[in-house]
Amino acid sequence: MDQLAADLILEEHQHAAIAPLRYSFELGRREFFKLLGSGLLVCLCAPQARSEAPGGRRQPEEELPQAIQAWLHIAEDGKVTVYTGKVEVGQNIRTSLTQQVAEELRVPAASIQLIMGDTDLTPYDMGTFGSRTTPTMGPQLRNVSAAARENLIDLAAQRWHADRRSLVAANGEITDQNLHHSLTYGELTKGRELVQVVGDDPALEPPSQWRIAGTGTPKVDGRAFVTGKHQYASDLTRPGMLHGKVLRPSAFRATLTSFDPAGASQIPGVTVVRDSNFVGVTAPDIGTANRALQAIHAEWTAPPQTSEATLFEDVRRAATAESDNPGGPPRFTAGSLAQGLAAADHTLAESYRVAYIAHVPLEPRAAVAEWQEGKLTVWTGTQRPFAVREELAQAFRIAIDQVRVMVPDTGAAYGGKHTGDAAVEAARLAKAAGKPVKLVWTREEEFTWAYFRPAGVIDVKSGVRRDGTLIAWRFDNYNSGPAGLRPPYSIPHQHIEFHPTDPPLRQGSYRGLAAPANHFAREVHLDELAHVLGMDPFEIRRKNLSDPRARAVLEAAAQKFGWQRGNRSSTRGCGIALGAEKGSYVASCVEVEIAGREVKVKRVVEAFECGAVVNPNGLENQIAGAIVMGLGGALFEAIHFEKGRILNPHLVAYRVPRFRDLPKIEVVMLDRKDLAPAGAGETPIMALAPAIGNAIFEATGTRLRSLPMVPDGLAAVSPPGTHA
Amino acid sequence: MPLMLSVNGAEHPIDLPADSKLLYVLRDSLGLTGTKYGCGEGMCGACTVLLDGKPARSCQAPLSAVRGKKITTIEGLEQEGRLHPVQAAFVAAEAFQCAYCTSGMIMAAVGLLQRNPRPSDEEIISALDGNVCRCGTYPRIVEAVRRAAAPAQGTVE
Repeated sequence: MDQLAADLILEEHQHAAIAPLRYSFELGRREFFKLLGSGLLVCLCAPQARSEAPGGRRQPEEELPQAIQAWLHIAEDGKVTVYTGKVEVGQNIRTSLTQQVAEELRVPAASIQLIMGDTDLTPYDMGTFGSRTTPTMGPQLRNVSAAARENLIDLAAQRWHADRRSLVAANGEITDQNLHHSLTYGELTKGRELVQVVGDDPALEPPSQWRIAGTGTPKVDGRAFVTGKHQYASDLTRPGMLHGKVLRPSAFRATLTSFDPAGASQIPGVTVVRDSNFVGVTAPDIGTANRALQAIHAEWTAPPQTSEATLFEDVRRAATAESDNPGGPPRFTAGSLAQGLAAADHTLAESYRVAYIAHVPLEPRAAVAEWQEGKLTVWTGTQRPFAVREELAQAFRIAIDQVRVMVPDTGAAYGGKHTGDAAVEAARLAKAAGKPVKLVWTREEEFTWAYFRPAGVIDVKSGVRRDGTLIAWRFDNYNSGPAGLRPPYSIPHQHIEFHPTDPPLRQGSYRGLAAPANHFAREVHLDELAHVLGMDPFEIRRKNLSDPRARAVLEAAAQKFGWQRGNRSSTRGCGIALGAEKGSYVASCVEVEIAGREVKVKRVVEAFECGAVVNPNGLENQIAGAIVMGLGGALFEAIHFEKGRILNPHLVAYRVPRFRDLPKIEVVMLDRKDLAPAGAGETPIMALAPAIGNAIFEATGTRLRSLPMVPDGLAAVSPPGTHA
Repeated sequence: MPLMLSVNGAEHPIDLPADSKLLYVLRDSLGLTGTKYGCGEGMCGACTVLLDGKPARSCQAPLSAVRGKKITTIEGLEQEGRLHPVQAAFVAAEAFQCAYCTSGMIMAAVGLLQRNPRPSDEEIISALDGNVCRCGTYPRIVEAVRRAAAPAQGTVE
């Protein structure tokens, strides 16, 4: 262990030993009790956060996790308020986190309210992504809740001069089992301003003992959604609020060369804003704002840009030159690839491609921005409220504490709402107009000016023994990304590398990042090897797996599906694929039906394992939803672009999965009470596309190596040059 | 001269150009934000309302076309604190994730069940195919509509 690491651990122990108020929470304490009334306030400081802070490589202060990760307040009326920087975007964590608090605090879930994603009220959080809420925020809230429960037992013991071992916490009360009297949590804390800082891990209920966590608790506030009462960011209004629109450039990277706002400025109530290349308007209603936008005369000049036609050649060429960059992008090696290939009975080299695709959250980017005495407040749908706060502070050159970002439960994200584009634009317009401004992106803006799931090329070269043992594996991903790069199979000789490029389109995270693309290449390739060897695609996977969790999902999916070899016909095929990522495991079995050019996915059986299941109801919804969303990227979704313009920025030209695409979906959840819960928002999408591709091959003998596989139906899938 | 709009049983004077789209009138003039913008091209169904009991895309409907019609939005389904059977079925089946599509789905389903109280799965799928749930909750939405179809339906206009 190096000296720095040793020092950090030492420091961590010292911190743990020091009296809690070391963390200068004093400032917030008064504010909290003023806001919430008296009662008990419990704060959690995880040791990990403290150790990351001093030596962490992320430099700016805001990037560092602050010492306090979560806090919880119990009011006199017994109402519990929990604060977390995570946000709800449809993944149902408001419910699953509430269950975990209820479990440890021993209160009814209905008495708990979560305040989420409010930069003034909730602890700093990097963002809601990477399937991290369940493995990190879940335990943090369980910790703070368990600590609160123990504190309440102590309070009761003091009050009654009782032995705490005779006291139990249940249903929001502490009861003395010997004397048969009880006090509610509110009665115990009434009139007091108690602060407790938790530094180390209190004893938690093991998943096998869960009574509220682990059950299919219905979505918190479900009624607000079916009545239309829930207010998304795009639904909010403020007194005097105006509506904003932004004038979009003619192409990406364009600059404004000619500008005449006269036509817009003369419309009553309209303000036109120009700031460098940013042009926008505000108006009392959206109709007037649209008319004003159209009345602006603007000319743009855009530089020459890569088009879709040469995309795949471009990304490979641009990247190859940088592949030997030491300390560069992810690269994994094992054994000797050359030796492995030389020792193989068969080798195979193929190339796979993935198109740019869009997230298409049904609620587009939206923000309401308001300035009051130099302080900026923005309500917006984002996965990273604290990063958006920083974006705003930088854009307007104001201090972080002059910006407040609040995230109402949002109309989906799928990795697509990491940035604060609409927030910054709305704030710029509000600043100019001197009034609150709402900006809601149109679907066309969403399809054009948001970022995309990266396109890429993946080259695979493999060596296999006659009996199906994988011995050599070379895997090069160009531009699509490094997530899920390494195989779950045991292979002695490997060379795996990610090659970043300068991409033609603005690109970023997507559900599972690049893992669905890497799984597609890997799992289709494995199927190709099985075909070369005349082996069962299920068997070649099982043979090369040593991880029992991976084997378990593979076997569970195959069993439920009734997997058997040679059950195909020219109109029916079955495929299987496996995935492992972010501590969870997935296997998909798919049946497709071929009718002329049309490919219909008839049935999907998916087995999924993410440790102990926190909410089987929500989990099943996530898994089935990932399967449906995955159909789009597998079969028909693709962004088309030319010379810095998106050619299909409308739902009429960008096909997303609809009811008619729905297969019969059967989900097998393997609940591992003996394992810590892992996240589940991403991995369930990963094995679907390769399983579909493998099923299409089984039926038709046509091997599809590009995503989407059948955007125009089967007959159009094999133009010359599409496949390696 | 303002135009009178009949929404959820109440008359509202609206003083906006006749080509104003109903979606924005509902959301911005009447504060009925349960009806959502999803695409503005009639392709996602998030803005679905009932016009004289029939599902329609409010983002495509100009004021001139809805004058004199009875407009029902998601806010008009609940009666004296009691959820409409389709709303109740969506809660029971938890037929949503982010739930941004839910208003439009429910309005489309209410419209379907009024026309066809006992739809087959194929009829449900066909009636709702214009409504997008990007979270992919389709299996549960079909299940919710099936559940709602079971009890007797009242009529909503």
